[in-house]
Amino acid sequence: MSNPAVAVEAQGVTKIFGSGEEQVRALDNVSVTIRENEFFTLLGPSGCGKTTLLRLIAGFEHPTDGHILLHGEHIAHLPPFQRPVNTVFQNYALFPHMTVADNIGFGLEMQGMPKQDVARVVDEMLTLVRMENLGRRRTSQLSGGQQQRVALARALAPKPKVLLLDEPLSALDLKLRKEMQIELKRLQNETGITFVFVTHDQEEALTMSDRVAVMNAGNILQIGAPRTIYDHPSERFVAHFIGETNFVEAELIEIDGRNGRVQLPSGAEVPASLPDVDLSPGKVTVVIRPEHVDLVPDAGVLQGTIDNVVYFGTDTHYHLHLDDGTPFVARLQNQRDSAAAFTEGDKAGITVKDNAIQVLVD
Amino acid sequence: MPDTVALPPRSRPFDVRYMPGFTSMAWLCLIGLYAPLLIMAFFSFNESRSVTTFTDFSFRWYQIAADNAGVKDATILSLKLAALSTVFATIAATMAGLATTRTRSFKGQAFVFAVINQPLMIPEIVTAVGTLTFFGIIKQVTGIQSFGFLVLAHTVFCIPFAYMPIRARLEDMDLTFEHVAADLYASPWKAFRYVTFPMMLPGIIAGAMLAFVISLDDVIISLLVAGAGETTLPVWMIGQLRRGLTPEVNAISTVLLGVTIIFVSFFFFLTFRKRK
Repeated sequence: MSNPAVAVEAQGVTKIFGSGEEQVRALDNVSVTIRENEFFTLLGPSGCGKTTLLRLIAGFEHPTDGHILLHGEHIAHLPPFQRPVNTVFQNYALFPHMTVADNIGFGLEMQGMPKQDVARVVDEMLTLVRMENLGRRRTSQLSGGQQQRVALARALAPKPKVLLLDEPLSALDLKLRKEMQIELKRLQNETGITFVFVTHDQEEALTMSDRVAVMNAGNILQIGAPRTIYDHPSERFVAHFIGETNFVEAELIEIDGRNGRVQLPSGAEVPASLPDVDLSPGKVTVVIRPEHVDLVPDAGVLQGTIDNVVYFGTDTHYHLHLDDGTPFVARLQNQRDSAAAFTEGDKAGITVKDNAIQVLVD
Repeated sequence: MPDTVALPPRSRPFDVRYMPGFTSMAWLCLIGLYAPLLIMAFFSFNESRSVTTFTDFSFRWYQIAADNAGVKDATILSLKLAALSTVFATIAATMAGLATTRTRSFKGQAFVFAVINQPLMIPEIVTAVGTLTFFGIIKQVTGIQSFGFLVLAHTVFCIPFAYMPIRARLEDMDLTFEHVAADLYASPWKAFRYVTFPMMLPGIIAGAMLAFVISLDDVIISLLVAGAGETTLPVWMIGQLRRGLTPEVNAISTVLLGVTIIFVSFFFFLTFRKRK
């Protein structure tokens, strides 16, 4: 029954906090399968239920309904200290009354590992997170980035089956955060441990993850590789939450599996990707990423007027309104010596690159 | 509409520094609080028997107090009593602190706070009379005469004093630390032993010190509850004072004051020291 490739499985998990009038449905019948050795990210705005799902896997909360399985075994009834799962907490929570080495060795000591072995693993961990020679330090003597590394080493030392990370980078400044993103990816590769990462930062999710689950209001809206999530969002929320997007009303006129044709407001008929659900022809919303279009002097597939031109160095953002009033943004890469081809008030045609129009479910 | 008053930079409403008479009021309070203690300490070093005219500096009265068998016995009893009731009160207060901060909030939590802190509210003489009556009945029924009664009475009124700093410390401690411990395979007992307890220890020590001082200084309950021959130091001093004020009592008071200051300073050091 147990599938060896599956690390964590949530089956129809519902979590309700409070009761009566004040009850909050933090998770609403959520099912997800996290594969072994993958870097899986739960992405969503605050209050979407991502941290609740993480805490359910860690054992700090119990599901109101549904099952949680770890390597095919039910764990919902186990207290946190009996689950082979470790967490890196948002504020690190390093024990202030212990040294760095004591912090890292804590889990192993609690498991009853002999002292010499603990010392050996702690040394390995210090090397892994590149903090050799800092084992004797007090945690209060560490910088934010170092504390982060100790928290990681502490959670990794007992070699958990799954490592849970609750927005671990949010307290770091931008430069350090970028460094730690690479560091986390390296640690995951070297240890081969399944990482479940919670964040509200879409860029973080896209850069690090093997797969991303986008959550909102207690539901998982879409699960997929970062590129799929970005290029082929299936729902308006996902498209909106990840990156900048244009929404255009269109008419679905042809369906062939996951490919189809839509008629844009301009009357032009263009190929489009369809979401993985049954659709029928009719009114739909399509998304077009700003960097997947080009501006041309002739008609193109959509026509609009330029309201605003913003120069960004590597690219230039053109803010337009289409002939029916819909706002539209085009992001064009700047070439060397290229002058801005269009200025405010100009009429422009918009062409769309192949496979760049995505139909939404709603 | 009145013109807005130009406030000094970074001022707050009710900034006492800008209120008329603040300095004189502050001095008045400080003098009222500390002048009697200073005068008492001063005259304890007086060579003569007088407590109003100072003749010569001397440790004479300290020597007399130290040689007094009554003082010695009373001091030993007081210390024994304070030590025992501190231990019991601190254990009870630690458990109460954990129960009121480390569990999900439960029905009647406010009631529990009130019950624990009740001894602070009820007039001490009332508690003393009540305890006297209650223990009197028990002694009559069982025939037991024991120092334990006095220890029990002291333990009870020391609990809220020990409880306050312990609870304050626990409330300052992020629950995440215990979550981390549980996440890293520590059973609830091990999490307490290796994480909660060492982290709350400064609060426990502060609570114990406060309890010790409170027990050491108590007069009313000791006076009423103590059995025959159980004379604590403050009770012995009250007895002496009935016969008139002597520099010997001043000397003992000064020693007690010194002990209290040391304990309370430690208490504030442990409680208000910058953490992290």
